Amino acid sequence: MSTDTPDASADDTPSRAELAARVDELEDALAEATSEDDAKKMSIIATKGTLDMAYPPLILASTAAAFGYEVTVFHTFWGLEILHEERSKNLKLSSVGNPNMPVPNAVAALPGMDRVTTKMMEKKIDDNDTATIEELIETSLDMGVEFQACQMTIDLMDYDEDDFYDGVTTGVGAATALQDMAEADIQLLV
Amino acid sequence: MSADYDITETLDVKGASCPMPVVKTKSAIDDLAEGEILEVLATDAGSMSDIEGWASGTAGVELVDQQEGDDVYTHYVRKTE
Repeated sequence: MSTDTPDASADDTPSRAELAARVDELEDALAEATSEDDAKKMSIIATKGTLDMAYPPLILASTAAAFGYEVTVFHTFWGLEILHEERSKNLKLSSVGNPNMPVPNAVAALPGMDRVTTKMMEKKIDDNDTATIEELIETSLDMGVEFQACQMTIDLMDYDEDDFYDGVTTGVGAATALQDMAEADIQLLV
Repeated sequence: MSADYDITETLDVKGASCPMPVVKTKSAIDDLAEGEILEVLATDAGSMSDIEGWASGTAGVELVDQQEGDDVYTHYVRKTE
């Protein structure tokens, strides 16, 4: 016991040089951590492909880019329709299950009614000079927003890489989205 | 009104609605040099709050003034860095 104590304390007490080295190490780590977090980040998961639900992720993505955020939007399931160059121009709106639409559900469920409600909405968008989905995607891409197309959904829907807007990232999965979410200051599921 | 400021560029986003006034303001300000002022003409009533919020949350820009006309909202944004 009496012989152990001096040895142990000699081992446990770091020298001045060791402490200085440790401080340098921590300062470097801190500098690295703070410089990496300089740019604010936003991660959106877009899961819906109806005309009305295509807007929120695109409006938030382009606006966040204007604020200087690094933005990624991961499009999965029906959200992938938004990135599909052809299909994004024909997104539909249904009034079935939407009690705010001026059409009763029983009528809304009739064949051809989705086309009517979609036309109605498209006219409103046009009259109000609201940006189209295509405009929002092109604008967002110009501003550096990264649009990611879920590879599993591409395979599931039998789409091709060329079907998407130029600049869309393909070949990504949930792990990529999760990593983006973990690093982001804002995470949204739309 | 506009004579109060030494305006470098004017951005006309009349008719455009959210998010375009903010998004186009950002793109236009990117093309200016430090200290220059951008005048933004908008008809979107939401632009008063949106451009103010954008300017306060964005590095390198400063909202100099906002004027509410009969139909047009005018914003003056200075690039600060």
